[in-house]
Amino acid sequence: MIAEPEKRSHRRLTFRLGLMAVAMFGFGFLLVPFYYLLCDITGIGGRPAVVAAPAPSAVDAQRRVAVEFVATVNEYAPWEFRPETSSIEVEPGKLYDVAFLARNLTDHHLVGQAVPSIAPGEGAKYFRKTECFCFQEQEFAPAEQRDLRVQFYLDPALPKYVDRITLSYTLYVKPQAAATAASRS
Amino acid sequence: MSATQHAEHKHDHSHGHDDHDHGPPRGFMRWVTTTNHKDIGTLYLVFALVMLFVGGAMALVIRAELFEPGLQFVHPDFFNQMTTIHALIMLFGMIMPAFAGFANWMIPMMIGAPDMALPRLNNWSFWLLPFAAVMLLSTLLMPGGGPASGWTMYPPLVLQTGDAFPFLIFSVHLLGISSIMASINIIVTIMNMRAPGMTLMKMPLFAWTWLITAYLLIGAMPVLAGGVTMLLTDQFFGTSFFQAAGGGDPVLFQHIFWFFGHPEVYIIILPAFGIVSQIIPTFSRKPLFGYDSMVYATAAIGFLSYIVWAHHMFTVGMPLAGEMFFMLSTMLIAIPTGVKIFNWTATMWKGSISFETPMLFAVGFLFMFSIGGFSGLMMALVPVDFQYHDTYFIVAHFHYVLVPGALFAAIGGAYYWLPKWTGHMYDETLGRVHFWLSTIFVNLLFFPQHFLGLAGMPRRIPDYATQFADWNMWSSIGAFGFGFSQLLFVWVVIKCVRGGARATSQVWDEAKGLEWTVPSPAPYHTFQQAPDVK
Repeated sequence: MIAEPEKRSHRRLTFRLGLMAVAMFGFGFLLVPFYYLLCDITGIGGRPAVVAAPAPSAVDAQRRVAVEFVATVNEYAPWEFRPETSSIEVEPGKLYDVAFLARNLTDHHLVGQAVPSIAPGEGAKYFRKTECFCFQEQEFAPAEQRDLRVQFYLDPALPKYVDRITLSYTLYVKPQAAATAASRS
Repeated sequence: MSATQHAEHKHDHSHGHDDHDHGPPRGFMRWVTTTNHKDIGTLYLVFALVMLFVGGAMALVIRAELFEPGLQFVHPDFFNQMTTIHALIMLFGMIMPAFAGFANWMIPMMIGAPDMALPRLNNWSFWLLPFAAVMLLSTLLMPGGGPASGWTMYPPLVLQTGDAFPFLIFSVHLLGISSIMASINIIVTIMNMRAPGMTLMKMPLFAWTWLITAYLLIGAMPVLAGGVTMLLTDQFFGTSFFQAAGGGDPVLFQHIFWFFGHPEVYIIILPAFGIVSQIIPTFSRKPLFGYDSMVYATAAIGFLSYIVWAHHMFTVGMPLAGEMFFMLSTMLIAIPTGVKIFNWTATMWKGSISFETPMLFAVGFLFMFSIGGFSGLMMALVPVDFQYHDTYFIVAHFHYVLVPGALFAAIGGAYYWLPKWTGHMYDETLGRVHFWLSTIFVNLLFFPQHFLGLAGMPRRIPDYATQFADWNMWSSIGAFGFGFSQLLFVWVVIKCVRGGARATSQVWDEAKGLEWTVPSPAPYHTFQQAPDVK
């Protein structure tokens, strides 16, 4: 038979270890904000590109940087989606306006959300958008086609070795909107 | 089992029904209701052996399909289900339960305790396993088939699983809960129930490696549970942890998964280190070289395992500083592991070595685990990993550390302690034949996969370009040879349970430790009076 004090110390240690397991379960969820914090610091994952930046101040007319535009849809996605120009030469500090063309290929109402990504990661922090269709969800009537506009400039502090930046968008059907659309139909 | 059980029944009758102290109750309910650490250890080991053949059959489906280029036997989607479930079964259903079985059987006997500290919890942690495994296997029969995303369950692919998806998640939850409870039990047993005089630094190394493994499990399994819970809520409750459209990031899952996944690697290998550290001194007739450094090396590996996870995902687009950090910390693990390999070798140095079957498996482990360790070091280098990533080179690496590594240690441990468990010596000739067949075929199976990977063959595909044909054929021949060789092991075990030369309590000449002071077979209750430890 197990003695009473021994039983108590079993119970205490078991409780502590159980608590440790629960804490680690919580830690798994803590990794989520921690991950985004690291993304914000390093500029990877396209995170800096989803908030509007203030207007530019100085222009560096001596420098030219190539900016390329890429548009992607996933398999079975109900969109046609492409940039109107595939690349432009920009002067850091100067404001540019470009358009992506999107068309709803279905005969029902769709809500889309574009998710940006910028490569290389070192340049992402210096890619400033003053206006972007990716800031809000985009509603499309059946078979509607329209231009989605983005206004941006490059921060003149962009490291010298970056001479080419790619801005990529993936256009998704917004998950909640997809669920409600499915239930409506 | 039947012979010994039969003898026990007679024994019970002679004592009457209310005599609970001397033997187990009869019949099937004994195994359902048991709280005895030896019964539960046996359950774990038998379950693991069954799962070895379930997972092995899936591996043979894979190797049959890869015997020749082109699609011969199975649909590609079923092939992917096989790779996924083979891995999940072998990790969570086979190797982890096998080591939990060893822990249950041996740790109380090694530290002079009468049983595990929490016997009812122990019963529960075992009995969750068969249900979890059945749930996982049942997904193969569901509409849309089983999970086919690889055992890593990366979104968005895993979210395309059919009806099987919630069953996959819940079976992972159950397997996790089971191993967390087993770990808590092991830690409480080791911390609170050592015999007087059995200080931590006198404990057999197997108990030490399991103590550290148990802490790794408690630290890592809940993180996996959290990660798969996020998958579940993404799929059914509209969250967007990993859905880019809702602001999430699929790469985040890879970080969470491998934060669990890398400690998991050491959760599997540390108990194997422990078993090998018991076997080699016995058959070298020398004490283990560098006991203290073994303990510290194990602890160092345990710590490092938490800070290296992103080496599984070098190609995902990390900043340079991140790649440097994870590369260097990964290479650092080679140091404590090297200490261990050195100590085992030094234990054998100038020992009077004999090569009984357990020693053959332990020495085989030493050689072939090192091959896996070296290919791991190669993959730790970021620039070359870009070439190896997702190729058969990776498959070759982790199978070398898991099969002739962890599995060989488990088989060696089974041979080592079988006489103590059953009271009979196993058939030594058959044991040696089993070792040599396994060793030849396992190398034929996995060594060519290095070449395939370096030549660019991707993993997880049912078909391949014709230039990979020859080595794939050899690998498949090795797979069938290795698979069928394990039937010999089952035969040796059955034969040993049913009869054979009587084992003494010492069993092996120079075996040291408390488990060799009790009779063979070990009585149902041992060390109810704590032994004297000098």
